[in-house]
Amino acid sequence: MAVEVSLPYDKQYVTEYSNKHSEPEWMKELRLSALEKSETLPMAKPDKTNIEKWNFTDFNHDVEGEVIDSLDNLPSEIQDFLDQENQTENLLIQRNHTAAFTQLNKELEDKGVIFTDIHTALRDHADLVKEYYMTEGVAVDEHRLTALHAALMNSGVFVYVPKGVQIEQPLQVIFWQEDDRASLINHVLVVAEENSSVTYVENYISHNTEAQTSANIVTEVIAKDNAKVSFGAVDNFAHGTTVYSNRRGIAGRDARIEWALGQMNEGNTVSENITHLVGDNSEGDTKTVVVGRGDQKQNFTTNIRHFGKESDGYILQHGVMKDKSSAIFNGVGKIDHGATKSNAVQESRVLMLSKDARGDANPILLIDEDDVTAGHAASVGRVDPVQLYYMMSRGIPKKEAERLIIHGFLAPVVNQLPVEAVKNQLTQVIERKVY
Amino acid sequence: MAGSTLEIKDLHVEIEGQEILKGVNLTINGGEFHAVMGPNGTGKSTLASAIMGHPKYEVTQGEVLLDGENVLEMEVDERAQAGLFLAMQYPSEISGVTNSDFLRSAINSRREEGDEISLMKFIKEMDAKMDTLEIDKNMAQRYLNEGFSGGEKKRNEILQLMTIQPDIAILDEIDSGLDIDALKVVAKGINEMRDDAFGCLIITHYQRLLDYITPDKVHVMMQGRVVKSGGPELAKRLEEEGYDWIKEELGIEDETIGSK
Ligand SMILES: Nc1ncnc2c1ncn2[C@@H]1O[C@H](COP(=O)(O)OP(=O)(O)O)[C@@H](O)[C@H]1O
Ligand SMILES: [Mg+2]
Repeated sequence: MAVEVSLPYDKQYVTEYSNKHSEPEWMKELRLSALEKSETLPMAKPDKTNIEKWNFTDFNHDVEGEVIDSLDNLPSEIQDFLDQENQTENLLIQRNHTAAFTQLNKELEDKGVIFTDIHTALRDHADLVKEYYMTEGVAVDEHRLTALHAALMNSGVFVYVPKGVQIEQPLQVIFWQEDDRASLINHVLVVAEENSSVTYVENYISHNTEAQTSANIVTEVIAKDNAKVSFGAVDNFAHGTTVYSNRRGIAGRDARIEWALGQMNEGNTVSENITHLVGDNSEGDTKTVVVGRGDQKQNFTTNIRHFGKESDGYILQHGVMKDKSSAIFNGVGKIDHGATKSNAVQESRVLMLSKDARGDANPILLIDEDDVTAGHAASVGRVDPVQLYYMMSRGIPKKEAERLIIHGFLAPVVNQLPVEAVKNQLTQVIERKVY
Repeated sequence: MAGSTLEIKDLHVEIEGQEILKGVNLTINGGEFHAVMGPNGTGKSTLASAIMGHPKYEVTQGEVLLDGENVLEMEVDERAQAGLFLAMQYPSEISGVTNSDFLRSAINSRREEGDEISLMKFIKEMDAKMDTLEIDKNMAQRYLNEGFSGGEKKRNEILQLMTIQPDIAILDEIDSGLDIDALKVVAKGINEMRDDAFGCLIITHYQRLLDYITPDKVHVMMQGRVVKSGGPELAKRLEEEGYDWIKEELGIEDETIGSK
């Protein structure tokens, strides 16, 4: 049955950690109460994947990272995620648990845009953070992992876009787990006030192929009335990192939240991405691309929940499973009573490249309102050895044939990703993963 | 250069445990066009598939040599790179991969890294061959064989043949499903390939294609063996008289596999 959480972190540790970062009192209390809850709350239960034995508790909690004086000094594996030709000015690099590089365009700063690491935000913008931190989006007590997150949160960023501010250049964050055993218990909080717009792009990167650790990530995106948030991510944790990633969006009236997610982790991963369309005429659009390989097990739940009238939700996910990897794709469109004239559409496609790969697509529509439109399509297919034979019979080596098939299969999603930077990064990462 | 030589010696092939080929012998030299004829179910496609390395076919005896090299020990892509080509009776459909990307990848697989064909040159060459074969230009951007009509698939096989320029090609029922105009176009493409260095094995169960492509040698397959060989006149006689006279001559009652 359930594994005991024998956390090496107790009340005293959490109190000292909070004090060390000069956190406001409410934050310390939130942590302590969450720690208590984590001992009794049940484990998260992603549909069709048993994660009871996964490692979410064995890691290094507090690891500093060296300050980055110049981007030129970054190793090439990190440079790869910067855009050499068109790098955005708005860049934050978190190295282990230290904000090692932070830069924001001066004009944006003058307009009141906040783009800073979570520790600084808790000191300098405590009231703003307090208003949105695990209040409207993810709750502390959803399950043991959210409680653990709240108790031990050790890094992350805060983005605040004031009313009416349109940010043209993306904000980019690189979360670099440089230490093999460091655990990113990362909190990303994006608040876009009324009539504002922002594109945010993040990358998680680690290279611990052997050493085991875990990441526990909570992301909250709050788009107020008529705000637009484009959220792009290319996750790139190495095999040794077990990942729990919870990305939650709350859209107000006429607001739009777009998720462009390249889920390229190499280790076991549970990802849930839920968008609440609260306001009338709000829109949620989630596009996910996954490549699984090796022996990794993954579970992706993408859920758009309609509360507002005339809300539109679109889910499009394509996954390729190689080797012995397996993945479950749960796509959920839920329309609440009263959300009239809403539209929930989803499409999930999974392609397996080897006989040992496993993929499962479960489209679910839960509709409590008559006056709506909804549709779903799902398919799970396997590349047939005869197809590979056909391609190889023209001289194309097997790996190259697979590469063509994978790119071809993912292209319909990649090409539609709303964030150019993510499209380019993703194409590169896919290229690396197909060999 | 006189081209390559493909030697098939005493080839026995099984599929799912059933023996289909029971000792096939054939030699094709550069510059020669051979036709293999025979009614349905006599092992023609099995011969072609086994030579190319289809995963379902198991060679249990005999050898296939290309210029003395053992083809049967090579991976499928290595066979192609060594100079073999098979236009398949039933080409696979590959979703998501455009015809054009596929073809370019095939060409580049024969070139050294860093010496890949330029996109411009590739498009020019492909366009010219598509013109010869009267193929609609938008086919380049369609997914490989996906939703192609039977005739489009056949033309596409010949487009690949002409672009890849192998040393030895096997064409399996390249004429099936083609109307007479399409047949002429496809024959024109194949005839353009003819030179001293190129050897070709044309598999068909109609003589029709051989009105446009004159073979140097004709072989008849029955019961998984080559039972008769001759010159172009053999094809003519088959057209006029059918296969019964051969069966009679050889005392064969049922020409398909699994009968004696
Ligand atoms: N996929 C298969 N599974 C089982 N038997 C097969 C298969 N393909 C062919 N055969 C057998 O092999 C025989 C020869 O088939 P084939 O080589 O395709 O003949 P041809 O090309 O001369 O029409 C067929 O009659 C059939 O019995
Ligand atoms: Mg056949």
